[in-house]
Formats: sequence, C-alpha cells, structure tokens
Amino acid sequence: MQSHVQNSTASDGEQTYFDMFSLPRKLTIDTAALERGFYKLSRQLHPDLYARKSAAEQAWSLRQSSLLNDAYRTLKDPVARTAYLLKLEGMRMEDENTENRDPRAKQNRVPADLLEEVFELNMQLEEMRANLKMGEDDPALRGDLERAQVQFKAMLTSLDEDLRRAWAAWDAAMDASDDAAKNEQKDAMVAMLDRRSYLRNLLREVDGVLTWQGAVGEKANI
Amino acid sequence: MAETESARLVGIDLGTTNSLVAFMQGDQPQIIPGDDGSRLVPSVVAIPAAGKERVLVGNRARSLLLNTPDRAVYSVKRLMGRGVDDITEELKLFPFRLAADIQPGEVLRIEVGGQQYTPPEISAYILRQLKQNAERYFGAPVTQAVITVPAYFNDAQRQATKDAGRMAGLEVLRLVNEPTAAALAYGLDRQKDGIVAVYDLGGGTFDISILKLHEGIFEVIATNGDTHLGGDDLDNLLLAIALDEIETEEGIPARQQPELVQALRNAVIDAKIALSANDSTRMEVALPNGQHYRREITRAQFQRLIEPILQRTAEPCRQALRDAGLRPADIGEVVLVGGSTRIPRVQQLVSELFELPARGKKPHTELNPDEVVALGAAVQANILAGGSAATEEMLLLDVTPLSLGIESLGGAVAKIIQRNSTIPASATEHFTTGVDGQTNVAIHVLQGERELAKDCRSLARFDLKGIPPMTAGLPRIEVKFLIDANGLLHVSAVEARSGTQAEIAVKPTYGLTDEQVESMILDSFDNAEADFQERQLIEARNEASTILSAVEKAPQHPAWQQLTEEERAKIGELVTELEILRDAGDLDSLRRGTEALDQATRHFAELMMDATVSSALRGETMDTADAKIGEGPAAPHPIAPADFR
Repeated sequence: MQSHVQNSTASDGEQTYFDMFSLPRKLTIDTAALERGFYKLSRQLHPDLYARKSAAEQAWSLRQSSLLNDAYRTLKDPVARTAYLLKLEGMRMEDENTENRDPRAKQNRVPADLLEEVFELNMQLEEMRANLKMGEDDPALRGDLERAQVQFKAMLTSLDEDLRRAWAAWDAAMDASDDAAKNEQKDAMVAMLDRRSYLRNLLREVDGVLTWQGAVGEKANI
Repeated sequence: MAETESARLVGIDLGTTNSLVAFMQGDQPQIIPGDDGSRLVPSVVAIPAAGKERVLVGNRARSLLLNTPDRAVYSVKRLMGRGVDDITEELKLFPFRLAADIQPGEVLRIEVGGQQYTPPEISAYILRQLKQNAERYFGAPVTQAVITVPAYFNDAQRQATKDAGRMAGLEVLRLVNEPTAAALAYGLDRQKDGIVAVYDLGGGTFDISILKLHEGIFEVIATNGDTHLGGDDLDNLLLAIALDEIETEEGIPARQQPELVQALRNAVIDAKIALSANDSTRMEVALPNGQHYRREITRAQFQRLIEPILQRTAEPCRQALRDAGLRPADIGEVVLVGGSTRIPRVQQLVSELFELPARGKKPHTELNPDEVVALGAAVQANILAGGSAATEEMLLLDVTPLSLGIESLGGAVAKIIQRNSTIPASATEHFTTGVDGQTNVAIHVLQGERELAKDCRSLARFDLKGIPPMTAGLPRIEVKFLIDANGLLHVSAVEARSGTQAEIAVKPTYGLTDEQVESMILDSFDNAEADFQERQLIEARNEASTILSAVEKAPQHPAWQQLTEEERAKIGELVTELEILRDAGDLDSLRRGTEALDQATRHFAELMMDATVSSALRGETMDTADAKIGEGPAAPHPIAPADFR
C-alpha cells in the first residue's frame, strides 16, 4: 500500500538553484552565462576530481554535483525554470515541473474554455482506438484527429508566446519590486503552465493514436 | 614506467567479442598486450576439463571453443544483468547452456564443464586475465580500473559489470560509457570545440552518443542505442544460411552439431571480414561426411542481407538527434567505433544519416575501432588518477540513458529522472501510508521510456520499513533517488515527521546481493602484494612447464632434423637445467632459464612455422599444432603458432 505525495516547496531556507549560479530570481536569463557557470562549477564539484579522496569528500562531491546538475537542467529549460521559480514563490501547480509524471492525473481538470473541444476529441480518440484494435482505419476520423492535432499545436504555440510575455512582465515587476504585479504574474503563469501540460498530454495521446502501429510485438525500449 | 600505483590505474574495454586493457604512458594511452603478444583478448572463457582447475581465457579458450564448444562461453556480455524471460531471442541464436532450474527474476546461471557460473563470474575471469596481463607488463599489482559499458546499459547491466570487477579483485573506480570513452581518445589529439556524434556498433551492442566539446569538457547531450544489436547478429544471418544449405543439400542435421556450428561461425566471421575489403569471398568448411561446404558470397549479397539490421541503428540516431534538439547538419564530426563499423555499408549509412557527403565530410576512422574504447578508458583512468599534462583540462559529463520511474497505482510509471539527464542526478519523492498504523511502504523502481510498469525494466523493489505507526496519510517519507557518475542508482529514505531514517530492504530484480558477490570473488590471493609474488612464481612455473612439454614433443616434428647437432645438444642442456629451476623457488633464475630455452628454440620455432605455413589449410594447422605441441592451446609459446585467426 503506497500513496505518492506531490512535492511541496523545493527548499526551505536552503540554497536555491538561482543562488547556485548567483542569478536573480528572473525568468529571462543569459543561457550562455549559465552554461559557463555550469562548466566552471563542474570543474570544482564533479566526482572525477574526488576519485582518490576520502569517502566523506566523495559523498560531498556526489551530493554537490548532483545538485548542480539538477539546478542546471532546471534553469536551462525555460518552462522547468518557470515552474521551479513559481514553486519557490510558494505556488502549487497541478503537474509539477516534469512532464508526463503520473498518467492518472491527465484527465482531471479540463481548462474551462476547452471543455467542448476536449469532449469531442475524447470521443474521437475512443472511436479511433476501437477501430485500430479491430484492424480498421477510418480516413474521415483520422482527418478529424489530424485537424485537432493542428489546432491544439497552434494553441500551444500561442500559449508559449503568452508565457514569454509573462516572463518579461515578471522580470520587470522584479526590477520594480512591484509585489502586486508579481502576484498577478504568478497566478497567470501557474494557469499557463497547467494549461500547457494539459495540452501537451492531450497532444501526446493524439500522436500516440495517429502513429499507432498495432498491439503486437512492441517491446520496452531497453 | 608506471612506478606508482596511480599510474597503474588501467582502462578496460570489456567487450562482447574482444576485451582490452590499456594505460596512459606519458601523454598517450597504450594497449597492454597479453603474453601471447595479442592486443585483443577474445572474450571467451573455457573450463578445460572436469577436475582441472585452470580456467582458460582469450585465444587459448577460443581454440578450445572449436573442438569442445560445450566447455567454452563467449558473448557473455549479452547475458549481463538480464533475467531468463528477456533472453529468449538470445537463446535462439547463441549456444548458451543455462541451468534448467532458473526462476524468472533470478540471476542467470550458465552450465560449463559440469559447473554453473553467473554471467558476472564469467566476465570476472576475463577481467582477471586482463588484470594479470597488466600485472605482467608492469611487474607489479594492479588493483584499480575503469571499465567501459555500452552507453545504453541499464542499471542492472552496469551493476553486473561492477560486480564482475569486484570478483576479479579490481576496484572499479568508474564505469564509463563506451562511446564517451571513444570521444575521449579522439579528443586527446584534437582539442577542438564542436558537436561530435559517436556511432558505436560493436560485437553485441549499439550506441549512439552526441557530445558537445568545449575547452576540454566532454558534455554528453543525448545517447541512445540497442543493447542487443551488433556484429554477432550479422554473423548469425550468414550462419543461418550456411546451416540451412548444409541441412537441405547434404542432409546433415548441422544445427545439432556444436562443433560444426562453431566451425561455420568462424568461417562466416572470416567471410564477413573479407567482404569489407573484397567484392566477393569464398567460405569452405569440412563436413562430418567427408565433404566440404563451399559457398561464394558477394559483397552485394551480404549488404542486402544485413541491411535490415543496419537500419535498426538509424532510429536510435534520429531519436538522439531529436533529444539533443539538433539536426543532422549540426553534427560537426562523426566518430566510428566498434569492429562492425569497418563494413563499407555501415560507413555509408552513417554518412547518409548525418548528411556528411553534402558537407564534404567523412566519418572518423583514424583510431583503430577495436581499440579506441580501451584507449579512452585509459584516458579516463588517468583523469581519475589526478590527471597529467595531457588530460588536466579534460572533464567528462555523461548522462543517464534511460528514464527512471516509480510504479504508481494502476501499474503506471511516474518518471522522476528523465533520460539524458547529466549524471550525477537526483530526485526526491514523498510517500505516505494508506492504512492507519502502517509501518512499511513498498516502492517499485523501473527504468525505461514506456508508460506502463510492465513495459519498463524492473530495477528493484524497495521496502521502506520502520515507519512510526501513525494515522494513514500522516507519515511523510522522503525518498531520495540518486544516479551516480557510473549510472548506478542509490536510494535513501527518511521519515520527515519523526526524522527516523527509514530502513530500506533492496531486492534487485536481476542482480546479485553483496553477500553473493563476496562469495564469488575469484581466488582470494588476488589482492595482496605477497600473494602477487606467489602468483608470479606459479605463473613462471606454468610457463616453464609449457615450454618444457612443448620441447619434449619437438623431436617428433620434421623440423627438428633440420637443426644442427650443437643446437639440439644446447636445447637438451637447457631443458635439464630448467627442470631443476622449476622445482626450486627462485623467481628470477626460473625466468632466466625459461628465457634461455626460449632463445635456444627460436630457430626451431621458425622452421616449424615455415612448415606450418606451407601446409596451408587453417583447420589442418590447428590439428597438427595441437598434436605436435601437446598441451597446445593451454599456453601459446613462441614455438607454437599461437594465434589461429
């Protein structure tokens, strides 16, 4: 018997990923400088440099370098960076910073404006799956799904543009120490990230059905 | 050379077909040859006969393989870290004889010479041979090594490799991914920044890695591959054709005759190699009915035959590019690794995949594709030893090839560390109880990209015990998953509310427990310096015995008559002397005596070699060599034609 609990805040009073690279909590960052910082710190912390040191030093290096790698991976990716920052700011997201975490959670909350489209899409997906299991392929249905795919991809693109504007707005609010504006952006970004992960999961399902090769034989890719 | 222990930190390529050991000599990595002079040690282990303790490795085992295939094991790397249910395909193609009573989830056991061995034990024999080769070369003990593994090896396969090292008396300082090692070997000579792809098609595994090189940092961006795809598979295609033809045309049930299958396997390997240089080749193998199987095969036929297998390397390459967010044209250089990349069609396919011809480029083949991984391992060993002028700026940042996940309710997998994350990498997850007073929680850890647990590779089941009894949902168990720089998983857990360290009982799905590994450590005398001296003496005695028994048979060979009276008398004298020295205990004089007899018989060996060469056919050479040199394969010596390849 086991239940899986969502992470709460990343760190309480500990060094944040931003601190590690001496960066302000802003969302537009100089990725070239980030990479330079990552390489520089790697040259100080990587376990290769402690291979002949004491067990305690090796354990320290392992901890520090894994933390560094996790930090770099998170900050390098703008979406993961945003999710991390929001978490630091005490916000809660439905889907944390990684994609495809728990497939059960996928269907839960449909963004209100998408209810109708998602309902129809789910019907089509079910029908298509049933057809495919029987070895049939309905070209009209496939066409519908392909159109839905294009439509949801376009939504994702425009959402990413909104997100970029939100980053700029957040950074400006940071510079101005404008807490009201910051709170406004935080709420907006949480909603955007939730919507984004919802759209991506949906698209993944559509892609899966459209590229379905048959039930037999597909083995784990390991 | 290599006076200090850190200079004797070696790099080992533990390959499916061949294994090598290398070390850093000054600024350059060097392969350490075996006592038979060969740089490659065939990854073959043979148990010569029941009751005899000496296990043979390499060329010696390989020659035994031909005559008594049931006493030899090869391609054991294909079985490392795997369970009985996931090697069904392997068993169709390879003559592994597994113990009959293996349960699903249990570590495999192979039956050889009436005994059972786990894959790590077989690998340990190979590693021990390499260790001994290095010790012979340095004249001092070797206790630490860097060992390479396919980049796409999962946790169980990596752990099995590390266990094998420990059984062989080696502290494995690092497991390095093979393509990454190759990049290090290339990077040593050309300090050039840019994006490099390493295409590694070995005997049994395929890897593709994409790296970013920046001022000595080798950052792997993406890796992909297939741990059951390699030159062995190409051999099997040709072998199946030969077997079919012999069965239908000659009516011989060839598949039931291990000796014949092995002779055919050697013949198709030779044919495959010949077709990389020639447009066509002939195979010829003696059949039990006195006839010969003769077959002409053209390069065009061969290419048609292997194309589907080669195409299986294309998708991993494309996936790695997608994961790296790169297009083929972004790849500055492509490095070829593994013997199978000598095949012209492979080189052509790689060129097409990375759009090289359009950019006036060719894949890199400057370094011997069989040796480059071991050379790179030696470079990494040097880095770990503190570096030298050549390597002080070099740092390797590798990734985990497969996503790590935990099974959630309903059999789905929640990914906690994504593939291609730079290692060391970690993830912290929180768990709680579902029932009041529950004191343990079970966690199932998996590796793989699929969404359902049943489609991923089960790594281990952890049982978190000792949780203080509380209301359901109240305990807060923090579990930290950490993948170290070897790509190996570590797990620790703590109950956050009470602060108690939760106890973790690990049951690796296809792994050996620490106690099991401990009990399998080969010959405990492998470790200490004093024992090293003793082993040197034992080895020197064995060497003396080998040459003595060979010389004893020498008069039967026609070449003996070509020697002068003085030469024969001198040899006789030295034989008597060496027999005395062998029973005494002085290492240096024993070595000198062996060396003297070796020198005195050199002329005879040359005469015999000439005779052997002129008697042409290889099969015959082997038989005569065996008959006339007695113990023959047990210890190739200058007077025995050692390398039968």
